Amino acid sequence: MSALDLNKPVAELIDVTRTYRMGGNEVRALDGFSHSFGRGEYWAIMGSSGSGKSTLLNVLACIDRPSSGIYKVDGIDTGTLDDDALSELRSRKLGFIFQAYNLIPQLDVLENIMTPLFYQDDPPADGEQRARRLAERVGLAKRLDHRPMQLSGGQQQRVAIARALVNQPALILADEATGNLDSATALEILALFDELHAEGATIIMVTHEPDVGERAQHVMRLKDGRIENIVRGQRGAPTALRAQASGGVAS
Amino acid sequence: MKGGTLWRTVRLGVSSLLLHKLRSALTTMGVLFGVSSVIAMLAIGEGASAEAQEQIRLLGSNNIILRSIKPREDFATGSAQTTRVVSYGLTEDDLERIEKTFPGVARVVPVREIYEEVRFGDRAMNPRVMATLPVYREVTNRVVYEGRFLTDQDLERVANVCVIADTVAAYLFPVESPIGQEIKIGADYYTVVGVLMSRVRQQSDSAPAGKSTAEVFIPLETGRKWYGTMQVKMRAGSREMEEVELHEIVVEVADPKNVPFVAEACREMLRRNHKQPDYEDVVPLELLLRAEETKRIFNIVLGSIASISLLVGGIGIMNVMLATVTERTREIGIRRALGAKRRHIVTQFLVETVVLSVGGGLFGVALGLLAPWAVEYFADMRTIITPTAPIVAFAISAGIGVVFGLYPAWRAATMDPVEALRHE
Repeated sequence: MSALDLNKPVAELIDVTRTYRMGGNEVRALDGFSHSFGRGEYWAIMGSSGSGKSTLLNVLACIDRPSSGIYKVDGIDTGTLDDDALSELRSRKLGFIFQAYNLIPQLDVLENIMTPLFYQDDPPADGEQRARRLAERVGLAKRLDHRPMQLSGGQQQRVAIARALVNQPALILADEATGNLDSATALEILALFDELHAEGATIIMVTHEPDVGERAQHVMRLKDGRIENIVRGQRGAPTALRAQASGGVAS
Repeated sequence: MKGGTLWRTVRLGVSSLLLHKLRSALTTMGVLFGVSSVIAMLAIGEGASAEAQEQIRLLGSNNIILRSIKPREDFATGSAQTTRVVSYGLTEDDLERIEKTFPGVARVVPVREIYEEVRFGDRAMNPRVMATLPVYREVTNRVVYEGRFLTDQDLERVANVCVIADTVAAYLFPVESPIGQEIKIGADYYTVVGVLMSRVRQQSDSAPAGKSTAEVFIPLETGRKWYGTMQVKMRAGSREMEEVELHEIVVEVADPKNVPFVAEACREMLRRNHKQPDYEDVVPLELLLRAEETKRIFNIVLGSIASISLLVGGIGIMNVMLATVTERTREIGIRRALGAKRRHIVTQFLVETVVLSVGGGLFGVALGLLAPWAVEYFADMRTIITPTAPIVAFAISAGIGVVFGLYPAWRAATMDPVEALRHE
């Protein structure tokens, strides 16, 4: 990975607007939003409900398209992609962590972790090894054959995190990832995010809890589909990224 | 799609269906009963038609059978109120014309019936007593059970011998062997020289007992000598004088291809020579063709009923799959967010529907194979399972899965992922 790559943003939005029609009124959920999320950055996006943070996350996740403007993931302009190509992009470049864990009930832990790989056009041969390693990493190596129903909320969210990492994504998106957890478990999950950030992962997390938002590297506040303010560097750049920036090689 | 992927999709489909065992089981019922009834009904129909064809074939597909029938009253000639003589039926002239002038006729066998009681000791019965030629047995494909049939010597000697059907033998001779015994036909004694298998017995053991199988055969010349054409028929307390020369003529055609032409010629000849409709013709080959036509119609009707029941089964599956798709909106949203393309979602739900319908089809085939066996066992009916029936029924059930699964799968695949994720 070269220094040049590092400078290229993972997610770049240029003048993105997303409008909905609601009962005859046009609602601008995103209104000329422009921002670049850099590689290795850990962002918290905050704002009251209706501020556009969910819409922003959906656009970032490539499950919603901007009404106008440009959104690039890893340099790829998503506006030019058809539904299949967009799906392929999701399965290769993005990792998702949801508030309600959203595991698939009829699959066991290992299968749940591997799900994004199933949908890739050319799945990696070492998918299962990867999934096992990640399960071990999130502390669920002994529960690979369990169904989601047999796991606690915290364990389910760990499976979801493993699933979000299995495709080695360019960007990890988290939507109120700790919203359904008790505070002790929430802290464990946030600690896991810190680790990932320290290893160089790019994370964008939507939350409405200030103390969760404080754990991120940067905080963006939204209001009426626009950026209200940005607080940068509240926790500093991760060590791994600093090492890379100074010419080190991360493997 | 690679084999492994498809296999995983099938496994996923099965485990999704197993989440709701009762619902899945009930959903398959429509196809299950549709398929099994198709197989069972085809087997029963096939059995019945084989039975009919065999019966007809036993009459001899080369044969044309002409029979005398008593015309309706308004046609009858001779009208004396007290001792009236009804004169009707086939004549010796008819026999001669057929024998001499019809090309393609191999053998002609006349039959004259004698209305007399048959007795042995204190046992008496009223079988059909038929005076005929020795070739009768060959032409009508009858089987000798014991002893022999009539011979040319019997005919020449105008012998008082008879051959009885096994049903007659069973009644008159419950213990002793009938061969060599003397039975009384009317006023004369006849020596039993043989026992003939009755038609019913000849077909199969399970055939239903129908028309009278009690028959006694005597040489034609003996019949001609001792019994005139004028006979008294006792019937329901009244007596009636009947004049009938021949009761039946069996015409054997050398080449089965010529049967329709000879049959037409016989009809034409009889039409010209008989003033009243006092005869009927039975052409087994024509009956056979008619039976085949009946079977074809039966199959069409059956096919329609079967397709309706399978359609209903398919609609049931589609209904449940639509409910399933709605119920699993969130799962669809998750899968789409994780990178599932539309075709992945289509495949997933289509496979699930096909698993349902094929599952129903498999159990349906099993039940369908079992049902004819039960019918045969309990209802004493013959059934034939053609190998194509289960295969076709099964293939149709798989087809139903695809056809009725397409719409629910399409609905699932075209959901907006954002909406789908927000569901519940």
